[in-house]
Amino acid sequence: MRGIGKSFPGVRALDGVTLDLYSGEVLALVGENGAGKSTLMKILAGAQPADSGDILIDGKPAGITSPRTAEQAGVGMIYQEFNLVRSLNAIDNIVLGYEPERGIFIDERAARERATSVFAELGITLPLNVEASRLSVAQQQMVEIAKVLSRHARIVVMDEPSAALTDREIDRLFEIIKTLKAKGTGIIYISHRLEELPRIADRITVMRDGRVIETRPMSQFPPDEIVRAMVGRRLDSHFPDLPDVAADAPVMLAIRDLARPPMVDGVSFQVRRGEIVGLAGLIGAGRTEIVRAIAGADVPNSGEVDIEGTILHARNPRDGISAGIAFITEDRKAQGLVLGMSVRENVTLAHLGQFVDRDLLINRAKEEDVTEKYIEELRIRTPSPEQIVNNLSGGNQQKVVLAKWLLGKAKVFLFDEPTRGIDVGAKAEIYNLMVNLARGGAAIVMVSSELPEVLGMSHRILVIRGGRIVREFSRSEATPDAVIAAAAGAAA
Amino acid sequence: MQEAHVQAELTQNLKEDKAKQTRAYWIRVAGAIALLVIIAVLINVASKGSFLEARNIINVLRQITYGCILAVGQTFVIITAGIDLSIGSLVSLSGVVMATFANAMGFGGVPLIIATLCVGLALGAAAGFVNAVPVVKLNLPPFITTLAMMLIAEGLSFKLSHGSPIPLNSPDFQSTGIGFFLGPLFSSLHLPGIPNPVIWMLVIVVGCSILLMRTKFGRYVFALGGNEEAARLAGVNVGRVKTMVYVISGMCAAVAGFLLMALFSSGSPQTGTGDEMLEAIAAVVVGGTSLMGGRGTIVGTFFGALLIGMLYNVMNLIGIESYTQKIVLGAVILLAVVVDELRKRYLRKA
Repeated sequence: MRGIGKSFPGVRALDGVTLDLYSGEVLALVGENGAGKSTLMKILAGAQPADSGDILIDGKPAGITSPRTAEQAGVGMIYQEFNLVRSLNAIDNIVLGYEPERGIFIDERAARERATSVFAELGITLPLNVEASRLSVAQQQMVEIAKVLSRHARIVVMDEPSAALTDREIDRLFEIIKTLKAKGTGIIYISHRLEELPRIADRITVMRDGRVIETRPMSQFPPDEIVRAMVGRRLDSHFPDLPDVAADAPVMLAIRDLARPPMVDGVSFQVRRGEIVGLAGLIGAGRTEIVRAIAGADVPNSGEVDIEGTILHARNPRDGISAGIAFITEDRKAQGLVLGMSVRENVTLAHLGQFVDRDLLINRAKEEDVTEKYIEELRIRTPSPEQIVNNLSGGNQQKVVLAKWLLGKAKVFLFDEPTRGIDVGAKAEIYNLMVNLARGGAAIVMVSSELPEVLGMSHRILVIRGGRIVREFSRSEATPDAVIAAAAGAAA
Repeated sequence: MQEAHVQAELTQNLKEDKAKQTRAYWIRVAGAIALLVIIAVLINVASKGSFLEARNIINVLRQITYGCILAVGQTFVIITAGIDLSIGSLVSLSGVVMATFANAMGFGGVPLIIATLCVGLALGAAAGFVNAVPVVKLNLPPFITTLAMMLIAEGLSFKLSHGSPIPLNSPDFQSTGIGFFLGPLFSSLHLPGIPNPVIWMLVIVVGCSILLMRTKFGRYVFALGGNEEAARLAGVNVGRVKTMVYVISGMCAAVAGFLLMALFSSGSPQTGTGDEMLEAIAAVVVGGTSLMGGRGTIVGTFFGALLIGMLYNVMNLIGIESYTQKIVLGAVILLAVVVDELRKRYLRKA
């Protein structure tokens, strides 16, 4: 891949990336969330077009314009979440799109032979006649691998293949990877687990901010240097000063042994009045699931959520709201907003009862007044309260979500990725707002995948891995390297 | 200073936006009326003057009453991105049950009318509740649960009535079914007045329109159809709102069943058929409500029902036989939806 560039509105996702892969090698691709690994791989697999640059295979332009042409060029992509049709069995999945035919019928025997020969090559046995949805995660992954091999892939990309596997299954996976290597297949292996790379990788490429920072042979790249290359020196300081939390400030939110398998596995922590606690960790570590369980968006299996001494038994988000919890979700379009409704209707949605007169009708004038007040306070850039929120920019949409929750005078604020995908100016405004909330005595929990944000905006940082708190850092102890190392499970 | 300026600008923009909304609303209503008038005049010419006779207009209103009431209930369901296929059979079932009930009672007059209506409403509400429970609790598609209810209600109504209409013993329902409102006012025009069922329909249209546009419940219906997860996370009791829309739809079916029973002086298992249900859905969609949920109005539904009613009426007047009528109706529904979609795309670009 030569000089690959890709931009999304407002973001330069890839900035002239060049990457080489030799046959019969495993190239590990590492980097923080948002470094551009996935985008780069999607371009290679034809799922997204590049804005610039070329992809060469055996020195010739590969002509990749779609997933189909990528497959024909010999690129096989195994996504983290897999791409199997869950209601079809292993054989049908493997031949999907390339079914052997006899007349107008699918040649079942040829299909079976094709699938079994690939499995035999890899030394895999698994039930062939069972729906994919009933196979284990590891088995589904093997079907995926067999699928790309049956299409004669010479370049196989694996996105976090070990994330959901047990140790024994990982051993098995590594054996299969070795078999592939021996056949001359080139493998790009994306992983957050630095500790497993020495076992499998020949070379390591570190990406950051849409660029390749460094590529070295595995043996010459010690873990601490990998972490340093991932984090870089870019802790910009546009964060406001955090107010001090008095040593005797009362505990506002106490979580005790909260569990909701498989993603939340016994979590306990406390947040004081006026304190901001950051939850750091990698994608899939269970951070979002923890705040969802606190808010009542998912019902926890066990454990307690205690707000100022009152135990909350939330069975749904409504219970959480009436106990004083505001949950600002990570995906504002899917979970935070009704996009087809106006700013006014979105702002008042969670607390509509405040606007109902005695005649049971909604007092629209009152809604308008309150909405105008928040538009000014939060500087929401919208021509009027009647604007449909779908027409606003990401930052302004996020402010509408915030206004919705400020309206309720909540005591506990759970922010999940509060500044994802919004511009720098709006970010700074949201940080200021969080500080003001803390000053006003709220307890705040913030999930963020942006390391500078966690470090700059938290009094304390809890590192989550595998649904548990694995490290706690005070503001002064937390360094980027230490937090990343704890999140990735590398011995620090 | 700066803030005062922002405030003033916001207020100004708000006023303009509201004016724009109001204007857009009335343009749509006026457009719908104008369209209907144009069609009416054309029809009138085609039917050699009989269409625009006051008597015929009242006739059209009377004919659309039952379908329109069903469509009003269906509008709530469709705005939540659901569907209720059971309404036609519920018309029959409630008619049969109410007629049986009224015949079994030992009293008459207004108390009997009210008691009978209440029995019907309770039945409709219960059926709606049963429709909703699997949808809410197990996330089953409403298409299936209401399809099952359609078959169950149809079978029950035939079983309870042994397949033939149950005549009402009491004559007290006649004024509701075939009586007129404001008769004296219209007598100088040699008209009997506005049929009572039409008054029922107008009251339901206005009442449900207020319920949908001005109350908390109505706002939640739109929020649910627009983004169910966002509504849930905002604390909306999604299950209750969903249940309520099916209950409302079932109750509307019961009202239609009641009025038809009063009209025919009997409760018949054959009044509500699949056609009624499909035409109600057609009226909702022609009236501009999105099957994807999140958008729609009761007033639009009323105009949708009116357009369909006019078409039927005029085709009858000029003597088009019923097979052809269906073809024309199907074509008109398709045309109406396509034109509405093109209009929306045009507005989005502009």
